[in-house]
Amino acid sequence: MAATATNPKGSTPIFRRKWQLPFPLNIYQSSVGRKWVMALTGIGLLGFVIVHMIGNFHIYEGPVQLHEYAEALRGLGGGLFPRTFLLWVLRIGLAAMFILHIHSAYSLKERSRKASDKADFVGGEKKYGSKRDYVAANYASRTMRWTGPIILLYLLFHLADLTWGWWLGDDYVLGDPYHNVVASLSSLPVAIIYVVANVALAIHIFHGTWSLFQSLGINNPKYNELRRSLAKLVAGVILVGNLSFPVLVTAGLVDDDNRKCPVGDVECLEKEAKEH
Amino acid sequence: MSKQLNLTLQVWRQNGPDEAGHFETYTAEGISEDMSFLEMLDTINEGLVQSGQTPIEFDHDCREGICGTCSLMINGQAHGQEKATTTCQLHMRKFNDGDTIVVEPFRARAFPVVRDLVVDRSSFDRIIEAGGYISVNTGAASDANLTPVPKEAADTSFDAAACIGCGACVAACPNSAAQLFTSAKLAHLNLIPQGQAQRFERTENMVETMESFFGSCTNHGECHEACPKDISLDFIAFMNRDYVKAKVKNRKLAGQT
Repeated sequence: MAATATNPKGSTPIFRRKWQLPFPLNIYQSSVGRKWVMALTGIGLLGFVIVHMIGNFHIYEGPVQLHEYAEALRGLGGGLFPRTFLLWVLRIGLAAMFILHIHSAYSLKERSRKASDKADFVGGEKKYGSKRDYVAANYASRTMRWTGPIILLYLLFHLADLTWGWWLGDDYVLGDPYHNVVASLSSLPVAIIYVVANVALAIHIFHGTWSLFQSLGINNPKYNELRRSLAKLVAGVILVGNLSFPVLVTAGLVDDDNRKCPVGDVECLEKEAKEH
Repeated sequence: MSKQLNLTLQVWRQNGPDEAGHFETYTAEGISEDMSFLEMLDTINEGLVQSGQTPIEFDHDCREGICGTCSLMINGQAHGQEKATTTCQLHMRKFNDGDTIVVEPFRARAFPVVRDLVVDRSSFDRIIEAGGYISVNTGAASDANLTPVPKEAADTSFDAAACIGCGACVAACPNSAAQLFTSAKLAHLNLIPQGQAQRFERTENMVETMESFFGSCTNHGECHEACPKDISLDFIAFMNRDYVKAKVKNRKLAGQT
């Protein structure tokens, strides 16, 4: 190109790697490697979301069964490990996956922002003068950067709400998750937060499930169509499953009436669970 | 005589890499529907030259869709709305009489504007320099068909080699990522026996050079839609797989860095 020769500026790299870390850490230094980490942690987190949802279905069996499930989680590993040991291993693993998922997403977004910077001559993100018609990019793929932070905020809210019981106050009963869920979700604003966040989660998972195969290079024209269907199925199941909790509590189908054990009587729950 | 079109064009004009650009409005009257998009620009330029104005600068060369020199974002789509078509092969019959067409350069930080619609795509050359070749011994020409190449590998490699390096993938990408270009160049050589010797070295070097200029892929798929050669997204997955393989394998070459 003659034009290239006459341009004194050329393009300058936006990012230069100064040194390489030892294997396998050097994989994380590259964008492609970070996408691998994002995909692998995404699979882990997706697994958590699915297991968490299935476990929560115990709420439809009643307070005793949900208590039994919560106890089973604390006693994971049977007599091989001290009580709650394996649960903490899982929790720390989850936290590590969250941190890596978020860090890789954030740092890659920064790289993309740099690569698009000063490209629009207006300032900010890359923009064209004419309205850009996205052909392939769908709503889910374009909003990953918004649904992600929404899920993070919701996660913190969810922990403060049902794990730490910050705003249920005296109404929060340690060891009676059934009551806590009902007490929390009976408030309409809280139920709305759960609905909005879980819709965001399903949208995030829809693009994530399709995209992770691409990032990991698991790709074959034979089953590329199946990937879209799988993403729809996974996102759909998670959406319906997770929305069932706030919806059914708000509808009054799951409530504290007709309980065998009165609210707050954890000993009774334990006794019933043993008999169960 | 063929149908004639009267069009309004909004064209990006910029005097140099560091100067501020702006849109200029032009009217194009009596454009034949058999013209290509570039011939339409030629017609406007003729008018501009005759009235003593500076013509619109744009890149073009072969005008038969194989050189990858022409670019242009036409109404926000790289190479226009026609699928798998370069700007030079885009015919004016695809537009309607009275249309307003917005014409802009390909945009990315790695594609600085040289002038008007001409951008510097030399960062693609940096990626090719990093490994987009095979090394062979010189000397007498070897026998033809000495290296057996599986038909499927040859076909897929050829599909990847169809990439003309125009940069539409980067222009269409909201992240300004060059994954489709780099992966096509990699698949072209990595799939066939001739490319095996340098396969993993090539993959590492080209991917890392790409990352120093371009953004990161978020799997939107806009690049494939914009690609005038219909390069498949599958090549990106192939590149992602080969890159991590390269990292693992190169470590196995004990004593080598």
